[in-house]
Amino acid sequence: MTRLLILTTALAGAAGMASAQSITVLGWGGAYTQSQVEAYHKPFTAATGITVISVDSDNPATPIPAMVEANNVTIDVAVVEYADAVRLCDEGMLEVIDHAILPPAPDGTPAMEDFLPGMVTDCMVGTDVFATIVAYNTTAFPDNPPTTIADFFDTETFPGKRGVRRGAKATLEMALMADGVPAEEVYSVLATPEGVDRAFAKLDSIKGDIVWWQTGSQPPQLLADGEVTMSIAWNGRIFNAAVAEGQPFQIIWDGQVYEPEGFVIPKGAPNLDAALQFVAFATSTEPLANAATWISYGPTRASSAPLVGVFKGDGVTPMAPHLPTSPENLANALLSDYEFWVDRDAELNERFNAWLAAN
Amino acid sequence: MAQSEASSPGPETAGALTTADGRPLAAALARASARARRRAFLLVLPLLAFILVTFVLPIGQMLLRSVHNDAFPRNMPALTAWFSANPRGTEPGEDAFAALAADLKGLRANRTAGEVGTRVNYEFSGTRSLFTATARNAEALAPPYREALLAADPAWGDPRLWAVMRDASRAITPNFYLAALDRARDETGAVVRAPPERRIYVLLFERTFLVAGVITALTLLLGYPVAHLLATLPLRWSNLLMIFVLLPFWTSLLVRTTAWIVLLQGQGVVNNVLVALGIVPDSGRLSLIYNQTGTIIAMTHILLPFMILPLYSVMRPIPPSYTRAARSLGASSWTAFRRIYFPLTLPGIAAGGLLVFILAVGYYITPALVGGASGQLISNLIAFHMSSSLNWSLAAALAAILLAAVLLLYWLYDRLIGIDNLKLG
Repeated sequence: MTRLLILTTALAGAAGMASAQSITVLGWGGAYTQSQVEAYHKPFTAATGITVISVDSDNPATPIPAMVEANNVTIDVAVVEYADAVRLCDEGMLEVIDHAILPPAPDGTPAMEDFLPGMVTDCMVGTDVFATIVAYNTTAFPDNPPTTIADFFDTETFPGKRGVRRGAKATLEMALMADGVPAEEVYSVLATPEGVDRAFAKLDSIKGDIVWWQTGSQPPQLLADGEVTMSIAWNGRIFNAAVAEGQPFQIIWDGQVYEPEGFVIPKGAPNLDAALQFVAFATSTEPLANAATWISYGPTRASSAPLVGVFKGDGVTPMAPHLPTSPENLANALLSDYEFWVDRDAELNERFNAWLAAN
Repeated sequence: MAQSEASSPGPETAGALTTADGRPLAAALARASARARRRAFLLVLPLLAFILVTFVLPIGQMLLRSVHNDAFPRNMPALTAWFSANPRGTEPGEDAFAALAADLKGLRANRTAGEVGTRVNYEFSGTRSLFTATARNAEALAPPYREALLAADPAWGDPRLWAVMRDASRAITPNFYLAALDRARDETGAVVRAPPERRIYVLLFERTFLVAGVITALTLLLGYPVAHLLATLPLRWSNLLMIFVLLPFWTSLLVRTTAWIVLLQGQGVVNNVLVALGIVPDSGRLSLIYNQTGTIIAMTHILLPFMILPLYSVMRPIPPSYTRAARSLGASSWTAFRRIYFPLTLPGIAAGGLLVFILAVGYYITPALVGGASGQLISNLIAFHMSSSLNWSLAAALAAILLAAVLLLYWLYDRLIGIDNLKLG
């Protein structure tokens, strides 16, 4: 069975075959991948001579099972969300990473104490914390700007279309928070059928005004085109569009959903040793701090935080207030519950698709 | 076999013709043509092997997945044995829980708990973590297993879970086809409809065929006059016009689709022009994209050449004298068109219609890009299950149903119009 799949995918694989002195990293594209190229890929190549080939996907977690199943893994490292890393690890799709390879902090603190709690799992080494937030175009609301997650669902006071990611994760949580559920109760509400109904009912209230997006680079585009006046987005993409490109975008931190993400190595990666070397290098103190100066995603090591300075794009904007984990941004914030999504991802996305298709 | 001058004339036996060397002519001929056929077969062998390896086998393998999923029996051998030894309705006792515990330990050792959990989760949502969490601590399980497992998670006592596991323990299952038709099994094994908020596939099948039908009609409406113009203009002009038809045909599908986004979006060219002309108010810009309208507009444009080309190839050889003769015999231009020209173009309409319809039914990229929520077609869900949810069995079942529906339509078409009437060019 598998052999047949190999045959059919061999052609596709031949193109991606890399030499021993290069590794392929699958990322999310756009400003996020650019930050990783600057902070991880280039210094790694300079230090080891191993070239890093960067490829993009809407969600790097999705191609991994297909590759592993077909015995035709063409990438060495992938950047995936926390819940996906746990799920794929459970399914035996990922290499287990020995924590002993992770270097200690510059002051000698062992790696596992330096990383924030939970940022390193059996198969994943966390690189950063990103947030799903609401952003708006300031030119659309000059006098009375929106300030809360509830305003996103209020198309009377804040007219215009809304951009929403086509997927259940974070969308349902934000709908519940906008409906008045406190952050700490979101998952217990969402675990009940009534809670799920409530979230979809809230989404129903703006269904006709939603423009759905699938890749992280779409929300800044939709906002800039005036196609939507407000959009759910990833904070780093909005930060880069606003600060580096001068777009009139503003982030509403109220009701943000933040989640760690990190590096995983698919089972059967063609250059396993080099991939491990890359992961250990990139998740050491300095590269993690460096990455956070290219995009506003928080580093996962305690020792990296003090090193995060100003935005490399302009050299003046301090990064700290723009990170999802900055105290003033955490006032009403929700940590994405990976256990909930590992378990309910299939079910809720199916329901989401059915809801989406129904008129 | 060539006759040689030197050979002596063979004995003329009564009735049977023979060759120069005395063998019966029929046998010799058969041998000669068999050899020619073998040679011809050898010539097409590479193509045949290519089609077999790249087309028939993968598709067959994919279709097999729609009824075959052995994730459960492969990884849960003890419980599978218990299910086959005990008929449906048997209350799971200590022996069943002991088998379950043994299998869970195996899952832990092989890191396959996720695989089994995912399989069961397809039919009973929320059970995936039951398997992964219990397997993670399976080492600690000790007799009596029933109490131990129910202590680990009371959900292990759920009769619905046992019914689903029983279903999953058979590698060959029709359940994916049931799921593809918005149906499921309850505790007793009876087939029931999915709850209303989860019904999606039947709706999408209907929508797919409706949209494909509308697109076919639109391409015919738009393509017929164009093809007629192309066929009747002098070659010099029709060739030039033909380039306008073919140029978009040669452009990348993605480019054409994104061009429609630029034209049709809220702040796009079409809406801006309409607002500037005062036809629609600025606050009431038309929603032309990210919905079903967008899907229909973009797909009609993209599939138009598939209608025009067969029509053109049928219209070109129709002598203009036929219509002129009808006119000279007193027919109005409408009657001449209806009675003479139109019937002659029917094979082209049939071919174009079939091509466009079948292509539209399987279309995927365009609805994904411009379809928004209401413009999604069944192929988008197949893609979702192939690449995101990784429920390949369900994707295969959906694809098989789509294939069967198209074949059925093809058969109907053959009965009503006749496949011999088809002219592709």
